[in-house]
Amino acid sequence: MSKVLVVTSGKGGVGKTTTTAALGAALAQRGDKVVVVDFDVGLRNLDLVMGAERRVVFDLINVVQGVAKLPQALIKDKRLENLWLLPASQTRDKDALTEEGVGKVIDDLRSRFDWVICDSPAGIERGASMAMRFADEAVIVTNPEVSSVRDSDRIIGMLDSKTVRAEKGERVEKHILITRYDPSRAARGEMLTIEDILEILATPLLGIIPESQDVLKASNVGTPVTLSNADGAPARAYIDAARRLCGDTVPMQVPTERKGFMDRLLRRRAA
Amino acid sequence: MSMGLLRLLRGNKASAPVARERLQILLAHERGLRGQPDLLGVLREEILAVVSRHVTLDPTKVIVRLERGDEVSTLEVDIEVPNDFERKKAAVA
Repeated sequence: MSKVLVVTSGKGGVGKTTTTAALGAALAQRGDKVVVVDFDVGLRNLDLVMGAERRVVFDLINVVQGVAKLPQALIKDKRLENLWLLPASQTRDKDALTEEGVGKVIDDLRSRFDWVICDSPAGIERGASMAMRFADEAVIVTNPEVSSVRDSDRIIGMLDSKTVRAEKGERVEKHILITRYDPSRAARGEMLTIEDILEILATPLLGIIPESQDVLKASNVGTPVTLSNADGAPARAYIDAARRLCGDTVPMQVPTERKGFMDRLLRRRAA
Repeated sequence: MSMGLLRLLRGNKASAPVARERLQILLAHERGLRGQPDLLGVLREEILAVVSRHVTLDPTKVIVRLERGDEVSTLEVDIEVPNDFERKKAAVA
């Protein structure tokens, strides 16, 4: 049974594209057939994070408008057998994302893949509403920071009212994914706690991705973080999150400071 | 040693609880408004409509401020009325 999953947030720069690539790769590594779809028309970046920027020929809008057939626009990942990318258009005609056209493409993708992961643009405009429109499930990427939590709340409101499922009286299954979590700042009381965020948003937790250099390194080389350093903390957190999406019960790891005595001593000195 | 105690000893205040409280208040308010017409906008328009029935208003000389408190909120509408307003009214009469 195929599932349409939207990765959304409202706020920009919180890690939607990183998350789309990482979850897509993790699910594909489990053996599921996965397509990641970039909805950020005009500002596409999923191709870059996936390392496929030089192989884009056709895009989502070409398919929506019937200029290209879906199989022509799909780009097969070079590392994973069952991972595919449908890039966004770099031209600025966002209005080309008609509901009817997007619906047809999503239906077609559903028939070919186990997971259709839609990478939403920031904001609450057309691109964002089209990315979530046909979703069965949603991953709401949230940073432990007030503006991100506020925007997540707004997005949750949209998922509950503006999706096809909501309009049919069904619900979109929602998950919070906390990214850029910094255990040392959390310990100092400088960052909203996991409990605070979950209580405020009243939505279950899918995972906690620690702030890490791995993420920037992965995007630098165009490899999903789950592949570039599979043993690193963010990769393990993403792989666990992907397992939870598949219904596995995986204990939640809250990132903690892995500082030894010397690190502490040195940091004190430095401060 | 607990983090709370550490913090106490260092004497710096955690800002996270402030963030939580501000968010809770704000979101309670925003969720209530979702799907509703913009109250501030409606009040502004209706108040201006009433006033401009009697006075010629310069829309740039109208200032609307809102201050949301825990218990009550205040809406402040500051309208600049030209000084010759009384005279003109008398002339008409």
